[in-house]
Amino acid sequence: MRIRVNADKCTGHARCYGLAPDLFDMDDYGLSSVVRVGTVPAEFEDKARLAIVNCPEYAIEEFPE
Amino acid sequence: MTDSVSDWAVDYDIFDPAYVADPFSIWDDLRDRCPVARSPRYGGSWLPTRMADVTEIARDIEHFSSREITVVPTDADSDVLPAGSPPIQADPPVHTWTRRLLLPWFSHSRVATYEPYTRDLCNQLIDGFAAAGSADAAADYAQQIPVRVIGRILGVPDDMSDTFTGWVRSILEFAYDQERRIAARDEAVTYFLGEMERRRGGDGDDLISTLLRSEVDGEQVSDAFILGMVGLALIAGADTTWSALGSSLWHLATHEDDRKRLVADPGLLPVAVEEFLRAYSPVTMARIVATDVEVAGCPMHAGDRVLMNFPAANRDPDAFEEADRVIIDRAVNRHVAFGAGIHRCAGSNLARMELTVAIEEWLQRIPDYRLEEGSLVTWAGGQVRGPRSVPVVFP
Repeated sequence: MRIRVNADKCTGHARCYGLAPDLFDMDDYGLSSVVRVGTVPAEFEDKARLAIVNCPEYAIEEFPE
Repeated sequence: MTDSVSDWAVDYDIFDPAYVADPFSIWDDLRDRCPVARSPRYGGSWLPTRMADVTEIARDIEHFSSREITVVPTDADSDVLPAGSPPIQADPPVHTWTRRLLLPWFSHSRVATYEPYTRDLCNQLIDGFAAAGSADAAADYAQQIPVRVIGRILGVPDDMSDTFTGWVRSILEFAYDQERRIAARDEAVTYFLGEMERRRGGDGDDLISTLLRSEVDGEQVSDAFILGMVGLALIAGADTTWSALGSSLWHLATHEDDRKRLVADPGLLPVAVEEFLRAYSPVTMARIVATDVEVAGCPMHAGDRVLMNFPAANRDPDAFEEADRVIIDRAVNRHVAFGAGIHRCAGSNLARMELTVAIEEWLQRIPDYRLEEGSLVTWAGGQVRGPRSVPVVFP
């Protein structure tokens, strides 16, 4: 599973970081980015899906392998 | 507050006691028959109640300006607040650079440094009433916490907290009383101008001192902007979070199953906090229509006021399953309690930390509590909705 944060949509709600701190980084301005170039370890896939469905800006996208 | 409302679709009054006490049934009714309501009160405004409409407006900064963001007109403020209260009351480009100055103060890593103080504060407050077996969870606890944390960030003494609370209530809760609002605003402006003078040229590490030293594009930030940002930090940092915290503690006083579950499984708290934020969203903002535009078939004209009904959007059954039920382990929860788009609440990380820590400490010390029989829970509403008094007892 690979995910990315669409920087044009992210406004820093930080819901992804709250739900999956292993998968996302937050900068000083509250904006989110994915770690490990967006590759989600198998054990974190459920958390990645939770992050996707809780983002108020629909900014987290899953993209094909 | 004036005459009683006959039809909420064309004459709503968000300060009406019926709306303050139970806005939920009013929103449900409006969503069904008139999802964008209209009222001539307080200078006139529109009131969208669906998630789709509210978020569309929040993200459309071309047609909707943040040059005014209060639910009642505050035109008279421009004399004493010449730069307004940026970034919340600003459009790009001013919004962009003022927000960048404030955001690092509320980043995840910075907020973590405020946590030990917050935890100590919660415990000191509980020490004050634990032995009594009763307390007002709103006035004695919720209302005391955020105002002190933001005071610490601003670098002002703890003993100003009650004064701050009074100002914030007059400016938000009693905004329809212009005389009271303006008197509080003037006191706050005078106070913060004095604090700015006291710090000018110094090397303090509080927010006010740091803003005084900051430069944007090689130029010192002018006092008008600093005053606006500092005032905003106080107002936005106090009433909003204490209201959300009061609602959460009220919910747990009245829903024994949820309370027992959180006591048994504190790890669930961060998810529960998001649900409390959704179900009891405190904040309604406003926008001003910049150029004529249509929303859900309603013709909005330049200069019209639109109330950003984030609380109603968060109860929209098209956006949430069982929207009217509080489900503390709700898995899918794209709530917009902190707004949406470029004006997402700059202090949301701080608010979350305060809510989580304050509920956690309360439940650890007072796991079993309920509303005091025969007592009156009172709510405030308008720009910010939350309980002002939640009398509880505990064995």
